[in-house]
Parts: sequence; C-alpha cells; structure tokens
Amino acid sequence: MPQIIDLCATSDIESEDVIRVDREGHSFAVYHAPGGKFYVTSGLCTHEAVHLADGLVMEHIIECPKHNGRFDYRTGEAKGAPACVNLRIFPVTLAGGRVTIALS
Amino acid sequence: MPRPAIRDYSLTGPDGAAAVENGRAGAQWYATPIARARMKQLMQRRDGPAIRDTLIWFAALGLSGGLGIALWGSWRAVLPFAVYGVLYGSAADSRWHETSHGTAFRTRWMNIALYHLSCFMMLREPVVWRWSHARHHTDTLIVGRDPEISSPRPPDFLQLLLKLFAIPGGIKSLRHILLHSLHRLSPEEATFIPPMEHHKVYTLARIWLAILGAIAALCLALHSILPAMLIGLPTFYGAWLSLVFGLTQHAGLAEDVTDHRLNCRTVYMNPLLRFLYWNMNYHVEHHMFPMVPYHALKALHAEIKADCPAPYPSLFAAYREILPALLRQKRDPSYFVPRPAPARAPVSQAA
Ligand code: FES
Repeated sequence: MPQIIDLCATSDIESEDVIRVDREGHSFAVYHAPGGKFYVTSGLCTHEAVHLADGLVMEHIIECPKHNGRFDYRTGEAKGAPACVNLRIFPVTLAGGRVTIALS
Repeated sequence: MPRPAIRDYSLTGPDGAAAVENGRAGAQWYATPIARARMKQLMQRRDGPAIRDTLIWFAALGLSGGLGIALWGSWRAVLPFAVYGVLYGSAADSRWHETSHGTAFRTRWMNIALYHLSCFMMLREPVVWRWSHARHHTDTLIVGRDPEISSPRPPDFLQLLLKLFAIPGGIKSLRHILLHSLHRLSPEEATFIPPMEHHKVYTLARIWLAILGAIAALCLALHSILPAMLIGLPTFYGAWLSLVFGLTQHAGLAEDVTDHRLNCRTVYMNPLLRFLYWNMNYHVEHHMFPMVPYHALKALHAEIKADCPAPYPSLFAAYREILPALLRQKRDPSYFVPRPAPARAPVSQAA
C-alpha cells in the first residue's frame, strides 16, 4: 500500500520557487511552478547529494546550488553535466490547499 | 597525528584516500546564512551584463588583433599583440570559468557557446575541465582530492615562473588532447570524469586536434607564424595575468579546511581588472555561493562581508602576503596564512 505523505501547504511556496521538506526519513523538494502547478522530487541532487531547495528555480528547471547541475523538475530529467542521473519524481495530489504524495 | 611535511597532491595517492576515509572529501562546508528571498535575488540570471561584456571583449580582441596584423613585421606589432594576448590568454580564463558554472548568461546556448570558445582559447578541454572544476568546488584545497591546487607545498618557483607563460599547463593540455584523441584518459581524469562522459572527451579532442592542425598547416603554407599568433600561441604569451589573478585565489592559505573563508581570498580590484577577471576577485563569495553570477558578486560581498575575514585592499596587498608565504612554505611546507573568520553574523534580510 502506498503511504500518503502530507508535505506542506500550497501557500508555503512562492511561485517559481522550491522548499525542502523532510518526512519519514526522506528529503523532498517541493516546487511551485509558474502557472500554479506543484511538483515533488527527491530533495537531493543526484550528483553529490546536495539539497536542491537551496538552488534556483527557472521556469521548469531546478539548478543545483553546488555545481549548477540542472534538472527538469516535472520529469526529473537531468539536463547536462554534472547532473547526469535523473531525479526521482513523485506524483502530487492537491487537496484542501495541501500538497501530498504517495510514497511506495 | 602530526601532518607530514610533504603531501601527495595526486588524486590517486594516499592523501586522497585519507581524505575520503576521514570525511574531508565531499564534506559539508560553512555558508553564511542569507535569507532565501535575498538569495533568490542574488542568483537571478541576466543576459544583459554578459552580452555587453562579451561584445566589448570581442571588439577589443578584434581591434588589437587587427592592429597586430596591420603592423606585422615591425616592432610596433609588439604592443597590440601584448594586449591581444592578455585578452585572449588571460581574460578567456575567467570566461570559461563563469560559463562552466552556467551563470554568465540567462540564455543557455550563450553560456555553452562562450564556454566552448573560451575553453579552446585557454586550451582547457571542456568536458575534462567541467568535471575537474566541479571537484575543485566540492573539495577546495583538500589535498589528494582537488585537481586544481595551483600552488602545492612546498612551492616550485621554476614551475610558477613557467606558468606565467602557461608552459606546464599548455604542454600537459596538448599531451592530453593527443591522449584523448586516441580514446584514452589519464588515471587521474578517470577519478573525476564519469564513464558516460568519456565519449564526449574523445570527440572534442579530435575536433580540437583538427583545428590546431589546420592552424599549423596554415602557418606552413604562409611561411609565417602570424596565424598562430592569433590562434593558439596567445594561450601562452598572454597567460601571465591569469596567473597573477589566479594565485590570489588560494595560494598560501590553509589546506584541508571546510570553510571557504579560510582558504580563499577576496581582493578589491579596479574596474578594468574586474572586467578582465569577471569579478572573480570576490573569491570567497564565489566559492561559498557558486550559483551567484559574476555580475552579482559585488552585491553578495556586501551581504556577507561582516561574516568574512577582511578583504585585501588591492592586488599589491594580496601579493605582500602571498610572496612571503610562498617563500616560507619553501622552507616549511606546513606553514600557511591563518585567516581570522569572525563570529557568525546574523542572517541577512531581503532588500
Ligand atoms: S551536487 Fe548538484 S550538480 Fe553537483
């Protein structure tokens, strides 16, 4: 059974920004995309396990604060060195102004 | 345990293995706390400053190179070529560096185009240096991990003198371009370039070899070194200023610490030098927050300076510390310049 995890309120994140949420021993990055959609990825860069929430969101790209590796946070796709391994993404559910994911 | 006087700076030796074992490799580094809203402002990408600076740079290269061609054959060509050389072999150093971080422009293709051009001008292979520089940021001045320690202890003054003309690095680059064109990496490179990137190294090495070969063939056909004076040789005859800038970054400072305030220097420079160096004189700032573009480093400096050791007021002041420190390290390789980091400053607020 997937575990439903409540991460934050939609109002916790400015548009075109990201926050870090730690739950159940995992670190997540929660994104508020331009246009109002929300996305969740693993919180750590696949290059060197740095918290992505300290990085810069540009449209649908999250840029890692350490070596500027870039990922498309909608798909998790790594967009070029030194980010070469895709990010794990989590399907998001929005209900009552809360961002939740199902963790299997 | 007392630190051995002579360290092994290679990436495949015992010091590197010890750094992994004792947690200095890939460690958590100190960062001055800055409010997220302010940090977002500082990180913002812009095209305007880098387009302006790049157009000025290209115009200055065109003007000095054109004058050099027009005066070729007379002693009067020396001055324009001296200027052209510095613009090529020194200013390109900060351009490849900034674009390697992807922070110069907002527009991605502009970063990539300038990265490849300036890498070629510096004879720094784009894929190799991207990975080597990532390691430099992860493990700055961690012995056995950082491939970009420019002044290992004890310092080798003959090497430093030769570096004024990029001779050790240039020869190494040419050797490695040949090696890579044969689809091989050095053992050190294999420690920081992941296998999925190797084919890019090999392809680019072959392209570069073809360009360098074409320049050599043109020189032979024209019975003149003029083509090489414009492409290839300026990497060497114009390199001196990049060494003058580069040594201020870390030379003589502490190794094996995890606080950039202790192993980087911020040096105040005039606008001309800052243009040539693309603000890398704010080196503590750059290392602590590498995602802040060069044009915002002065503002970042204002934000964190209360939490950092005093900056050096000039290049001269920095060298008044560096040269005696290197001389002392020649006698005593365990010596380094201690930098007093102030007590933690309060979190800055968004402007
Ligand atoms: S840690 Fe994220 S790109 Fe290196």
